[in-house]
Amino acid sequence: MGLIRNLQPERSSEQDEPSRFEEAILPHLDAAYNLARWLTRNDQDAEDMVQEACLRAFKSFDGFYGVKAKAWLLTIVRNTCYTWLGKNRVHDLSTSLDEDVHQAESHVPDPQALLLRFEDNQALRQALEELPAEFREVLILRELEGLSYKEIADVTGIPQGTVMSRLARARGRLKLSLADRMKKER
Amino acid sequence: MNCQEVRILIDGYVDGELDPIRNQEVEQHFRTCPVCLTVYNSHRALRTALRTGSLYRTAPPALRNRVQSSFKPASTWKSLMGSPQWRWAAAAASLALVSVLTWRVALLPPTQTADDRLIQEVTASHVRSLMVSHLVDIQSSDRHMVKPWFTGKLDFAPSVADLIEQGFPLVGGRLDYVNGRAVAGLVYKRREHVINVFLWPSAAAVETRPLAHQGYHLVCWTQSGMTYWAISDLNSRELQEFVQLLQNQTPR
Ligand SMILES: [Zn+2]
Repeated sequence: MGLIRNLQPERSSEQDEPSRFEEAILPHLDAAYNLARWLTRNDQDAEDMVQEACLRAFKSFDGFYGVKAKAWLLTIVRNTCYTWLGKNRVHDLSTSLDEDVHQAESHVPDPQALLLRFEDNQALRQALEELPAEFREVLILRELEGLSYKEIADVTGIPQGTVMSRLARARGRLKLSLADRMKKER
Repeated sequence: MNCQEVRILIDGYVDGELDPIRNQEVEQHFRTCPVCLTVYNSHRALRTALRTGSLYRTAPPALRNRVQSSFKPASTWKSLMGSPQWRWAAAAASLALVSVLTWRVALLPPTQTADDRLIQEVTASHVRSLMVSHLVDIQSSDRHMVKPWFTGKLDFAPSVADLIEQGFPLVGGRLDYVNGRAVAGLVYKRREHVINVFLWPSAAAVETRPLAHQGYHLVCWTQSGMTYWAISDLNSRELQEFVQLLQNQTPR
């Protein structure tokens, strides 16, 4: 980190701080809100999370050296959300990780019908919302934010190797959930 | 590689995170195993659905404003704000800074300039492309299909960028007519928003400039002897992000 810091221009004065901060943060406000919205599943709570996260980010701005602003902000947003979930939605965080849905995918009865099911936005949105937070977040970070495994590992604090298996479980669960809905409707 | 190994790696494959050798091994397996191929195809379909399914939640404008206003420089200038004059100066400076930081919309001069005419032409072409369901002449998300399609139809070869990883999938290409000449029209999407990019050769050198007209956002610039215009109803910030990505992928 020392090297990177040396490459950054020296701060000329105190006045530059807010503007430097805005330049780093504002381009990623949608990403921050998107993650917070999917983690809290509520508009107002998401706004509160983002505001609080921005404040935290501003306070710890000294620790930020101008690289990877997006991952940096998302890390703070995620931590803020998890603290809040721990206080307000504990059940969202508890999941049994041992059950193996990864293999279950080949048991999905009708893959062709499932493909059509993907096009039903409403069902997809609901299935995604009902996923446990740890699966929901990796899908949001990968598919909606386009983050790499390395970046997802940075944001979530899980090892890079675990990112792949968690994404696999998340996708498996999502497909199973959509298949279940299909069965129930028949 | 057997099925079990492939199933473990299939997400890494879909996400483009495998090393080239494993990548090839997985592909080889798909050629001989329809079961794993089905899993792969459904993974891809799920990805497309997630990326195109309007699931992205953008920050409400009110939140953006609140965040922005809470970090105005005025708050660090408290020591200077004793006299009314200083307060005015601080307010004016803060306003100026905000207008620089937020998306700049260039003010158009009152007289009809060449730029005005181009803005109107580009906007008209954009609107037309949306209205008459003639968005593209060649529909493909593969730039290697779209680029050669222009060969023989234009007196230049437009460069076509692939930005699907960044969330701006290519929809296709179209011949259009702007500035008194045939131009290349490239169509990208961001969620439900269509982005039209027009380009043609020119000797002009213009810095990247954001504009607004009739509720659309536009960006014009020159690069590698080409004039570019991008237009969309997408918010200006994401359009600027798109333009930057496009500029980075265009050979200089
Ligand atoms: Zn197989």
